[in-house]
Amino acid sequence: MGPEEDGTNPMDEDGDGDAEEQGRDMEAWEKAYAEDRSWEALTEDASGLLLAVDVTQQQRQHRRRFAASKGPRIQRGIIRYVFVVCDFSRAAAEADFKPSRMGAVANCVEAFVREFFDQNPLSHLGLITIRNGVARRLTDLSGSPEAHIRALRANLECSGDASIQNAIDLARGYLSSIPSYGHREVVILYSALSTCDPGDIMDSIAECKKANIRCSVVGLSAEIYICKTLCDKTGGVYSVAISESHLKELVLEHAPPPPAVAESAVASLVRMGFPQRGAEGTVALCACHREVKLGGGYTCPRCKARVCELPTECHICGLTLVSSPHLARSYHHLFPVPGFEEVSVQLQSMGKFDVLRLCYGCQQELPTAGSKAIAGVRLECPRCKQHFCFDCDVYIHESLHNCPGCESLVK
Amino acid sequence: MDALNATDDISQVVILLEANPYFWGGRSNGAHSTGPANFTFDRFLEHVLLFINSLHLLNQANRIVVIATGATSCAYLYDSNAAELSENARTARVSKKLSVVEKITQKLEDFMSKEAVYDLNQGTEDNRYSLLSGSLSMALCYIQRILRGPSPHPLPRILCLQGTPDAPPQYIAVMNAIFSAQRSLVPIDACIVGNHHSAFLQQATHITGGIYMKPPAPEGLFEYLSMVFATDLYSRKFLQLPRASGVDFRASCFCHKKSIDMGFVCSVCLSIFCKGQRTCTTCNAIFAPSKQPNPAAAAAQKRKVS
Repeated sequence: MGPEEDGTNPMDEDGDGDAEEQGRDMEAWEKAYAEDRSWEALTEDASGLLLAVDVTQQQRQHRRRFAASKGPRIQRGIIRYVFVVCDFSRAAAEADFKPSRMGAVANCVEAFVREFFDQNPLSHLGLITIRNGVARRLTDLSGSPEAHIRALRANLECSGDASIQNAIDLARGYLSSIPSYGHREVVILYSALSTCDPGDIMDSIAECKKANIRCSVVGLSAEIYICKTLCDKTGGVYSVAISESHLKELVLEHAPPPPAVAESAVASLVRMGFPQRGAEGTVALCACHREVKLGGGYTCPRCKARVCELPTECHICGLTLVSSPHLARSYHHLFPVPGFEEVSVQLQSMGKFDVLRLCYGCQQELPTAGSKAIAGVRLECPRCKQHFCFDCDVYIHESLHNCPGCESLVK
Repeated sequence: MDALNATDDISQVVILLEANPYFWGGRSNGAHSTGPANFTFDRFLEHVLLFINSLHLLNQANRIVVIATGATSCAYLYDSNAAELSENARTARVSKKLSVVEKITQKLEDFMSKEAVYDLNQGTEDNRYSLLSGSLSMALCYIQRILRGPSPHPLPRILCLQGTPDAPPQYIAVMNAIFSAQRSLVPIDACIVGNHHSAFLQQATHITGGIYMKPPAPEGLFEYLSMVFATDLYSRKFLQLPRASGVDFRASCFCHKKSIDMGFVCSVCLSIFCKGQRTCTTCNAIFAPSKQPNPAAAAAQKRKVS
């Protein structure tokens, strides 16, 4: 204890000398809280929820952030073919992520798979694991989230070295056979700090670039040069996680469709079938499992074969089978709701406020010039001129993608 | 755990009331009669008001909102939340019930007179359709407000009383509303009072886990409403409710608005066409000849969605 104190004290004096002169009784971090007194700005509403006082300012900030995050309207690659590579080498056994790197990766992949199919209903996903220096395909490219999650849960063990080259070569092999309109991607969750490859990895990276495969890596340990090169060359994103929640955030960033690069895929017309769902209680043989199934199921409109779930390819005639809701999930990218504009509460004449006293969406009272009781911003749709509250604005633009006012006008 | 869940019994029901004058008045014109033969709007309203009162009776904490779906506009007719706030709590139960009826009929009269004014101005073909997408969007906005409120909040659900056939131009908006309802776990129930099945609402009920029913005899609407749609979500598990007899998952093409079961889809913007085309009319993409995996041909193409 003694020698250590002697060693550190001189350094402390050098560093903190100035601070001690100013406020001896309070540490710097304490002062930040003591002077700000941010808790005093909080009030409780009628039901006991905490409210920040300057609601209007906060709401404006949120709107600015949201407008900035949307950015310019770009084309996105909606039909994606993605291989998720999980590194289950020796390094994945490390317990710096809880319960282990492997466990954290498995949890993230599970969340990712669900989110991916929610946002990209027509896309396909496959899993690859690296173990003992060998890459192995766990699941083929398919549209069923449950199959991937089941396969991953059944294969949780780690050993040996990791090899990026083996993984991307394997993924490239499978991705080379997909239709030309698909966007090819590889997402690697990499635990190891090294890669043990059979050949020159630069050749593999060049091959990936030639095949228009976008490779992204999420690292769990530290930034590695070869991963950065791989992402840079193929147009992907490289990020390194610092904690479990950060890891999840980084992995889920790959769920929304990425911006489409002009060369990466060809626009084409794809022939698709929209099968009808069979009535409950009918018995039929399904073509995918070759089993007798009771109820549900869909019938291919071309060859009348029965399949169990959508989207898929007909096992008999090869027609791509989707349901119209799958397509409709992506339409809000095409026809977005115009951004609402803030209406100045002070400038409005009182006459109009009598008519537009309530939010058109949720019937909540809107702020008026007279009363100070309701804080917040008042927003107007540029198309239908109806007024909305802040909460409805957020909901309409982030989840609903419909303006209730415009929808209740005859076009 | 489920058995002790106290909030299960309290429902927030948003009723979307078919109030299209063209639909209910269509029979007298005879031209495009879509309404049922001997089922007038008065009778329909009588059944619905009875149903609303019985929902209040089932649990006095139940909350009900009624939104009118018209041909040219949508409007809130009744909100039991707002009523409770403005009214004195000591009002006798009978008078309160009367006031529910009175309130709705009064608002409905206002609404109908506005609709009638619109009709004089523009008697277009589109009036055959009701603005389902508008009332669904309003209902979801309202439900979000309930979900934001203090918990435990009542369990929301939407009941569509639909009579008019589906309006193809509303397809995207209705689907957006359905997915949003699915994300916030709000079931959409549908009771069809017209002559036609509604493919929109069949999909809505299938995706959100609601009940779809087209009563064979609309004159007994109250019976159907009270037997099928009155029970709260928890109790539904124990009931034998009508099951879907096949859902129409066909898409309608963008070029002719026809329902098709096989078609062509643009890989850039997912527009649906019933015939093969050279360019996409929605996003102006130029299509490569199909079945030739030839990435080099893509470079020249203009691909911005506008």
